[in-house]
Amino acid sequence: MNRYPLWKNLLVLVALVLGLIYTLPNFYGEAPAVQVLPLRSNLKADAQLLARVEEALKAAQLAPVAMSLDATSVKARFDDTDTQLKAKDVLRAELGDDYMVALNLLARSPQWLTSMGALPMYLGLDLRGGVHFLLQIDMKGALDKALESASGDFRSTLREANIAYSGVSRDSSAITTKFRDADARAKGEAELKQRFGGLEFGTREEGGDFLLIAHLKQQEQLRIQESAIQQNLVTLRNRVNELGVAEPVIQQQGVDRIVVQLPGVQDTARAKDILGRTATLEVRLVDDEHHLSEGGVAPFGTEIFKDKDGSSLLVKKSVILTGERINDAQPGFDSRNNEPAVHINLDAVGARKFKEATRENVGKRMAIILFEKGRGEIVTAPVIREEIGGGRVQISGKMSTEEAKDTSLLLRAGALAAPMEIVEERTVGPSLGAENIARGFHSTWIGYSAIAIFMIAYYLMFGGVSVLALGANLLFLVALLSMMQATLTLPGMAAIALTLGMAIDSNVLINERIREELRNGVPPQTAIHEGYEHAFATILDSNITALIVGVALFMFGSGPVKGFAVVLCLGILTSIFSAVLVSRALVNLIYGRKVRLNKVAIG
Amino acid sequence: MEFFRIKKDIPFMSYGKLTTSISLVTFILAVFFLATKGLNFGVDFTGGTVMEVHYAQSADLEKVRGQLGSIGLNDAQVLNFGSSKDVLLQIPLKQNKAGAKLSELVMDALHQQDATVELRRVEFVGPQVGKDLVENGAMALLLVSLGIVGYLWMRFEWKFGLAAIVANLHDVVIILGFFAFFQWEFSLTVLAAVLAVLGYSVNESVVVFDRIRENFRKMRKTEVAGIIDNAITRTMSRTIITHGCTQMMVTSMLFFGGETLHYFALALTIGILFSIYSSVLVASPLLIMFGVSREDFIKPEKVEAEEVLP
Repeated sequence: MNRYPLWKNLLVLVALVLGLIYTLPNFYGEAPAVQVLPLRSNLKADAQLLARVEEALKAAQLAPVAMSLDATSVKARFDDTDTQLKAKDVLRAELGDDYMVALNLLARSPQWLTSMGALPMYLGLDLRGGVHFLLQIDMKGALDKALESASGDFRSTLREANIAYSGVSRDSSAITTKFRDADARAKGEAELKQRFGGLEFGTREEGGDFLLIAHLKQQEQLRIQESAIQQNLVTLRNRVNELGVAEPVIQQQGVDRIVVQLPGVQDTARAKDILGRTATLEVRLVDDEHHLSEGGVAPFGTEIFKDKDGSSLLVKKSVILTGERINDAQPGFDSRNNEPAVHINLDAVGARKFKEATRENVGKRMAIILFEKGRGEIVTAPVIREEIGGGRVQISGKMSTEEAKDTSLLLRAGALAAPMEIVEERTVGPSLGAENIARGFHSTWIGYSAIAIFMIAYYLMFGGVSVLALGANLLFLVALLSMMQATLTLPGMAAIALTLGMAIDSNVLINERIREELRNGVPPQTAIHEGYEHAFATILDSNITALIVGVALFMFGSGPVKGFAVVLCLGILTSIFSAVLVSRALVNLIYGRKVRLNKVAIG
Repeated sequence: MEFFRIKKDIPFMSYGKLTTSISLVTFILAVFFLATKGLNFGVDFTGGTVMEVHYAQSADLEKVRGQLGSIGLNDAQVLNFGSSKDVLLQIPLKQNKAGAKLSELVMDALHQQDATVELRRVEFVGPQVGKDLVENGAMALLLVSLGIVGYLWMRFEWKFGLAAIVANLHDVVIILGFFAFFQWEFSLTVLAAVLAVLGYSVNESVVVFDRIRENFRKMRKTEVAGIIDNAITRTMSRTIITHGCTQMMVTSMLFFGGETLHYFALALTIGILFSIYSSVLVASPLLIMFGVSREDFIKPEKVEAEEVLP
């Protein structure tokens, strides 16, 4: 007698039902859609926006199949790409620069599935088409720049303190300052140490000169690298928004690299252009004398800029400072009242200019404007309280810690960022993507059918059970991938096929064992029982070794290999479950209840 | 239906000398080709640019080459890819002065010649990335090998772990040898396939080893060689059928999976064939060579210390 306890049967049943539900969305496919996201922080994706989008589409006689509103955006689904493109143009014209209108693909599956979180598998770039960039940040360049600006400041600091020196020179890792005597050096060292916390100093005598050698401290180097990465991530995010990509991926990879993935982007030239662009920063005075009327023209010598909340300010055209003069900007706290603040560090030239400008304009406001692609946006517009010398500027008041952080990032983004370079590009056109899906699907299907025919011919009923178990395995695997929203790539599809080919091993092991037991004269019920029991240890062993491979591939693989590894690992887990539990449940269902079983169809 | 109703055990171990020499010869040949011809590393590892373009009509490769030459890319390889309308361009790193912008330059040039040309795929890999990938690949291979030896050691005995890993690395070297001999392109995907074969073929050895262990316990009177022969003979049916099934899937990928999966499937095919051979005819003779014996499994009974109870 081979019977499963009720809970085991239920387990198999529940797993199958869940597998079916989560696999379902993949059959509906995806439909072209337009996604509208507000870009400014004071605009929300709400019912009002939904109504506005609906209105605009109705006016243009474009009927969306479905519209939805989520936390960050409004989405409208269409029947074909033609309508989708028209809708994008209509919405862009209607909503203007404050919203991002992006093309996207949305699952065509019915509402009840979507609300359960059942989504189709997330396709990788090689299957849906798009661009993948790997950008490398020039860390040496960033460190060089830090040293370069410090060496400039050395001169002005020593000059201001009236300490005689005979030269400042910089090589790749150190700044060397020459003094004529040890006394001047000691004074110089004390002065510089106080101002440059990130440097460590050493002394040496050479040819009658007294040298002071400054290096970047280890932790300072780390800080510079970290901020270079953060700065570039922020800049990239801002720029990718402009491309109108629905689901961009922008991630740090390793110490000095950033991955940018833009699904569906075809115009790679434009993408590269936008990603590679440098932003500039300008500090100007705010014109508070003239009143800005709604929709009015800016008076002579002034311009109108918006800040990130969308309100306008009148700003003078003459520039006090540009971003190159900013060495660094960090969030921090006001030393007097402990309010969040942004600390800006200017270089020597910048400090002088800033001192002049602040002396003459106490009580007025200045605007810091970030220019990208010729369009400026005010980052912040603080009031000048007093003359500020020495190049250390603090902006505080009316800001949260979060805002201080954002502002300093934006300021740094406008300062010369550590240069980036594209070190890897992978572009896949949409037609190739669709072809890849078809090929992957075809080869899996043909391989599966061949295995099914052979197994049934060779093991009869037990072969049929194995084929069903293999089908369940495929179901579980696809459901799991959909549930986890793991990225499916072409190597991932190859891994699905391969795990199916390998998973049949477990069933072959079981069937061979049962045959062997039968041949030894064991009655069928016992043979089934023994076959499953004995084969299990072997199945476990062989799958664990395969799992070791999968995990190692996942840890060390990159790109295509990683996609392969994820599916391989999941496939091994589902195959153990389906080959052992599902097939046994089926066999029990067919043979388990017969008390007198004389013969089983195993060929 | 049953293919393998073998009454008597096949004396595999008595062919030991022959199979070992066959293995040795193929292995040395593989190493020889790897050393002399080397692997034809793909753009993933060497860096460079690969572009796939599609024309509306059959493409004239000579004209494409000429056009590329005119923008200074004389070393570019231009081949048909899959069909006469699809063209694959491979541009080595050293000719590429434009970095990631190269693909635009090339497309502009090709557009001037034939407006129907359509960009299907671009892969640009800078020199830094390629080096990392080679290092990571080697790391993965090392980790997989250690993991497998460790697991088999724990599960069986060190002799088994060692025998299995030697047999399976032998498969890996032979696959690489094939890729070197035919100068097939060795890409990241092929690397994944090679590592998958490693796991797969260990799998095979594990099944045989399991039987050997079982036999050591059951067949108390038989000699070691006889025990191994019996284990192999009794698992042979399963071996052939399993590998046959996996091969059906792989063959389907080889023919219907498109160009990208072609070499992946090819590496798997060679791997599957040699893993059958190696787990039966390499791993098992090695076991005998390492001197596997019944004592490795049947642990001497522990002598329980006497206790003095109050």
